[in-house]
Amino acid sequence: MIDPNYFFKGFKSIKGVGSPAIALGASFIAIGALLKNLGFSIQESIFSTFLTYALPGSLVMAESMLIGASLINIFIAVWLVNARLYPMTVSLMPLLMHENQPRWKYYLSCHFIAVSSWLIMKDNYEKIEKENRIDFWIGIGTATWLVAIISTIVGYVASDLLNKDMLIGLAIVNPIYFMCMMLGAMKTTQISWSVILGTILGPLFYFLSPEWCILFGGFVAGTIAFLYGERNGE
Amino acid sequence: MASNILIVIIVTSIATYLSRFLGVLSSEKIKETSKIFRWFNCLAYSTLAALIARIVIFPSGTLNEVDYLIRFIVIVISIFIFYFTKKNLVYPTLLSGIILSLLSSYL
Repeated sequence: MIDPNYFFKGFKSIKGVGSPAIALGASFIAIGALLKNLGFSIQESIFSTFLTYALPGSLVMAESMLIGASLINIFIAVWLVNARLYPMTVSLMPLLMHENQPRWKYYLSCHFIAVSSWLIMKDNYEKIEKENRIDFWIGIGTATWLVAIISTIVGYVASDLLNKDMLIGLAIVNPIYFMCMMLGAMKTTQISWSVILGTILGPLFYFLSPEWCILFGGFVAGTIAFLYGERNGE
Repeated sequence: MASNILIVIIVTSIATYLSRFLGVLSSEKIKETSKIFRWFNCLAYSTLAALIARIVIFPSGTLNEVDYLIRFIVIVISIFIFYFTKKNLVYPTLLSGIILSLLSSYL
């Protein structure tokens, strides 16, 4: 089944100098408080993080509910904002796939793909033999997922204690964590250019289409970075 | 209302899982040494960078109420702390929240 040695090795990734626990915790505390204000029960809030586990998607769900959007509109809005998970999955799973491992592990554990767990795995996969990477990944995913669920509960329970300035503080923590991780990941020409161009083109495309700017900006930026890297022999 | 919320949660989770599921399905045919893998790798990093930049520059939630300049100051300080602490991720993330809370309440 799952090798406990590698599982716990991955699980321990929430400790130490690269820990995503604070960033994840902060943002899901804010989500917990937001869901309570939207009228969710504590069970529904837990269920939401348990099943979705993707912050921008949960935010879009909350915003869509506030304006009374239809189910199909919610589906499209969430799918659009979370479509980035597709290239993230395609650029991670081939690194973890091994013929000795059962397929269900991949289809089940892809639920754990979110920015923090993905960046941790990308940073560490070379240290683990290919056959054991999936168990290591399930460890990382379980740990980050549990942090998100527990933080949602904390945010829900503590929502009355959180004032506006505290919520603003919580909202910046996650993007700052992601930004620092991305800076740390800029080790090759292709990745560096992908990050730099994505940072510029994403907001630039916002003026053309706020809904599609992440996908359009990301697609153009990533393709230019890829072609540039290939031409320069990377 | 309760059943509506449950349906919304399920719709949200299906919309999210769809991209992950299709990603695994596509991965079955993609080798990590292939060009297409490198292309998707670039797309993943650039899309993430675009997402983060969008969240910071055009935020939709509470961050929207904070002045551009204050957000910019917090980002610059956080990057400085990140490199000053030899790429420790805990200090910049923790301090960014505290600094922004203080700046937004006193400025």
